[in-house]
Amino acid sequence: MAERVAKRGGLGIAQIPFWLTYVFLYVPIIIVVIMSFNASDNLFVWSGFSLQWYPTVFQNSAIMEGLGNTLIVAAGATVIAVICGTLLAVGIQRYTRGGLIRAFATAPALLPDLLLAIGLLSLFALLQFTLGLYSVMIAHSVFATAFVTAIVLARLAHVDPSLEEASRDLGAGHVRTFLRVTVPQLAPGILAGALLAFTLSLDEFVIAFFTTAPTTPTLPIVIYSMVRFGVTPEINALATILLVVSVTAVLVAQRLTKFTENL
Amino acid sequence: MTSPQPLLSVRDVRTVYGDVVALDGVSFDILENEFFALLGPSGSGKTTLLRSIAGFETPTAGEIDLDGKNLLSVPAHKRPINLMFQSYALFPHMSVAKNVAYGLEAERLPKDEIASRVDDILATVGLSHLASRRTSALSGGQRQRVALARALVKRPRLLLLDEPLSALDRKVRAEMQSELKRLQHEVGMTFVVVTHDQEEAMSMADRVAVLEDGRLEQLDTPVGLYSKPRTRFVAAFIGTANLLEGRATAGGIDVPGIGELRAEHELAPGDAATAVIRPEDVTVTREPAALAGTVVDIFFLGGSTTVSVAVDGLADPVRCTVHAAVGLARGDVVGVSIAPERIVVVPAAGPTSPAALQEVSG
Repeated sequence: MAERVAKRGGLGIAQIPFWLTYVFLYVPIIIVVIMSFNASDNLFVWSGFSLQWYPTVFQNSAIMEGLGNTLIVAAGATVIAVICGTLLAVGIQRYTRGGLIRAFATAPALLPDLLLAIGLLSLFALLQFTLGLYSVMIAHSVFATAFVTAIVLARLAHVDPSLEEASRDLGAGHVRTFLRVTVPQLAPGILAGALLAFTLSLDEFVIAFFTTAPTTPTLPIVIYSMVRFGVTPEINALATILLVVSVTAVLVAQRLTKFTENL
Repeated sequence: MTSPQPLLSVRDVRTVYGDVVALDGVSFDILENEFFALLGPSGSGKTTLLRSIAGFETPTAGEIDLDGKNLLSVPAHKRPINLMFQSYALFPHMSVAKNVAYGLEAERLPKDEIASRVDDILATVGLSHLASRRTSALSGGQRQRVALARALVKRPRLLLLDEPLSALDRKVRAEMQSELKRLQHEVGMTFVVVTHDQEEAMSMADRVAVLEDGRLEQLDTPVGLYSKPRTRFVAAFIGTANLLEGRATAGGIDVPGIGELRAEHELAPGDAATAVIRPEDVTVTREPAALAGTVVDIFFLGGSTTVSVAVDGLADPVRCTVHAAVGLARGDVVGVSIAPERIVVVPAAGPTSPAALQEVSG
């Protein structure tokens, strides 16, 4: 049977929906980035290139306070998530069979934020836990733990289980084996999980909004309250900075997990 | 046996996983400075036994003693026993020297003692020049030497080697085989090789325990296993053998189709029995002999030639080893004779009686 070699493409016009969809994905981000360099303070009029909005971001005390809160929350949540997620992943690998426990351990990463937010708020109320940075930190560590668990589990699948037995055989107890053999083997996964946890916490809004106190807003909450009075180029500059930070972190995390798979 | 106390004593060890019996009452002793082999096909229970001795598994029943003291209550990391893993299990995040030092660091020995012992053992296995290398940058043979050094440096009472040659290519295999024997003499340690490869076991070990289906079939020297197999399984598993089924008679074995072969044995007359005849104990001549047959195949192997002969009255061809230049061709009618003193008669099938086992291991 005669077959023609299939060409990529075909009719030019048929490609339009594809490209439109692609543009649709990125237009909002591109607009934010471009407008952050707009000299005018009118959002809809381009009046020339300027970097003036970037310094103003750092002079805005509300933004700086929010950023400080967010960094504390993200750092704390990351530490908790890394410890819990690693232990959880190792425990799942070692002590359970079948996928159900595994699936439930990583599910909070996919659950609606709103569900987690309401649940956590009820839990804090029940325990009479004072809302503030700590409550957000704990709340964020819940979904962050799920992410770290998933990534470390993926890494674990590539680790030779006889390494731990070799360590024990050579005279190392459980703790020494965990710290000297298990953790170094998992390091790329743990680091990737940490970066992801940090990035996700950095711009998380819904859960933070529910579980923080009015006196301790995180950066996304600060931005939200500013935006209610109109988007300023300053916000665009801030959003662009956050974009660069998140994209970098995610790319590094991806590289680390790739690196992991190639080991 | 007048030997002193055995180094390792395995007594009635039984391991059951659910309804699978991995080990079904295995007993034997390993002596000090012995090169011992646990040989069996996959599923024979040898790996379970290895892991039980190393401490990664606990048998369902039975005892394992080391130097007369109960070993099963000692956790893996406190046993003076080291294992060279089949996968080598080298730590990929450490250099060669760090891998070797790991076990000594776990013992919290002084730094200078660790350094000198690591240097010594790396020199012994010929890897001094690679001490700072990452293990991922090594060849298969080199990785194995690191694994060996890492276990030996601990100066264990017993070194377990799990399929030590299986991952190596043919040439490195032969090298490593003599290397292991040399090392065992040099360090004066008890080696226990666990393998499914009878050549590996037979060529290196002083004594070989053959396992099958969770039971000890026979424990003997390599020569003993080959020339005096006690079960049909051992006869078939070790080397090549012609197995002729028949019934024991007072002075030999009656094989349907060719009649009675004279042989010494301890079976009761009438018992179902198998005659074990090694290919080199069969003589093929151009002149008529006790049996007649036709050459069906000739396998030239260099130093020797294996000839398959369809013997009149037997269903399967008989294999015999002859020297290279015999000038036989396919289709030749030949005479076949078997040296009666070399015929071994074993029970046809089924497990060996417990009495026979005791006699072997005692």
